Amino acid sequence: MSRRYDQSTTTFSPEGRLHQVEYAINAINNAGTCVGIMGRDSVILAAEKKQLSILLADPKSSEKMYKIDDHICCVVAGLSSDASLLINEARLTSQRYLYGYQEPMPVESLVQDICDYKQSYTQYGGLRPFGVGFLFAGWDKHNGYQLYQSDPSGNYSGWLAATIGENNPAGKSLLKSDFEENLDTRSCIKLAAKVLSKTMDSTDPSAEKMEFLILSADEETGKVSQRIMPDEELAEILQELQQETATEGDA
Amino acid sequence: MDSSIGIQGKDFVILAADGSASQGGFLMYRKDVDKILPMSEKQILATVGSASDREVFSEYIQKNLRLYELENQIHMSTFGLANFIRKELAIALRRAPYQTNLLLGGTDDSEGPALFWIDYLATLQKVKFGAHGYGAFFVLSILDKEWKEDLTEEEALDVLRKCIAEIHTRLALAAPEWTVKVVDSNGIRVVEL
Repeated sequence: MSRRYDQSTTTFSPEGRLHQVEYAINAINNAGTCVGIMGRDSVILAAEKKQLSILLADPKSSEKMYKIDDHICCVVAGLSSDASLLINEARLTSQRYLYGYQEPMPVESLVQDICDYKQSYTQYGGLRPFGVGFLFAGWDKHNGYQLYQSDPSGNYSGWLAATIGENNPAGKSLLKSDFEENLDTRSCIKLAAKVLSKTMDSTDPSAEKMEFLILSADEETGKVSQRIMPDEELAEILQELQQETATEGDA
Repeated sequence: MDSSIGIQGKDFVILAADGSASQGGFLMYRKDVDKILPMSEKQILATVGSASDREVFSEYIQKNLRLYELENQIHMSTFGLANFIRKELAIALRRAPYQTNLLLGGTDDSEGPALFWIDYLATLQKVKFGAHGYGAFFVLSILDKEWKEDLTEEEALDVLRKCIAEIHTRLALAAPEWTVKVVDSNGIRVVEL
């Protein structure tokens, strides 16, 4: 029945659904898992690095993590080519704001703009929606640390912790039980690693299969730093995590 | 030609603008125009220059700022607003320039008071005191002498009185009435000199 109403983005089904948008959202559920966690003095973004083939050359830049501006970054789940377009749009929007106001664009405003852009592809032009989901992380002087999730429909919401991509329901349930507010950076990283280990369904979570980005701000100066964790540092934390989970059930 | 004066104090900014609407250097249409518009709860803009540009431009900024606040649910800092105004003037400059000179005064909760001098060529400068119009020629030297760090409101009003008195003495076609407004952490107030 829904087959009649799912060919065009700009047509509602009788039940009031936009099937193309829903299919686009489903496209993300096959992508490598992404996790975002807001801590006391940082926001952590983590992603599963899917190794599709040993023949692939080493990437020169990340396929999942992107810097949008000094104070905003994101992690991507879904069609990489669609993501590129949106990231470019986000970067332009952020720089245009900086050019005009001479101060960094508020994080939520940027997310709103990108989401408005995505929404227009669900209502006009007969073009398909973007098959990408984002976790945006940032800091600004108005609202401090922020974490937003957005999807192809153009909806977004703010989160304390979130996961998107493959096995995200498993990730969500782990976050529900283990997440606490105001964790320090190291605890956030360990929690994100724990979530990824669960969603990757891996008995041997190693640093090469994961990517971590730490965004933190000096609240006095307003200077925000973004750092991709090097493998050695990540391996050390993963080892600590392994030991903790091994002894978790012990009295 | 109409004049305006701005003075930054300890935790406030005072803006003053004359009330004249004139033409051709000799005809006075009105002498009681209020040229200081509120931009937001804690920001005011004194606009002098060609009458239609004055009204059109200041209201354009006012409404766009309001739209920004509604869309983004945050307040614009005085610095951000000053740069927004400058950009609008800069874009119009090479098309159809606005013949307006502006003084923007505001307080931000964390940053304190700020005064910005903006001219019709889209020059922007943060200043402790400033003036536009023919009056500026007389008034800047008084301000150079009398302004000091952390002026109280009474002290700043005293300096302002001296400035306006000088304009009345020396400027051939000086407008008799001035509008004076103060912006501080409590908001915007009209002051009688």
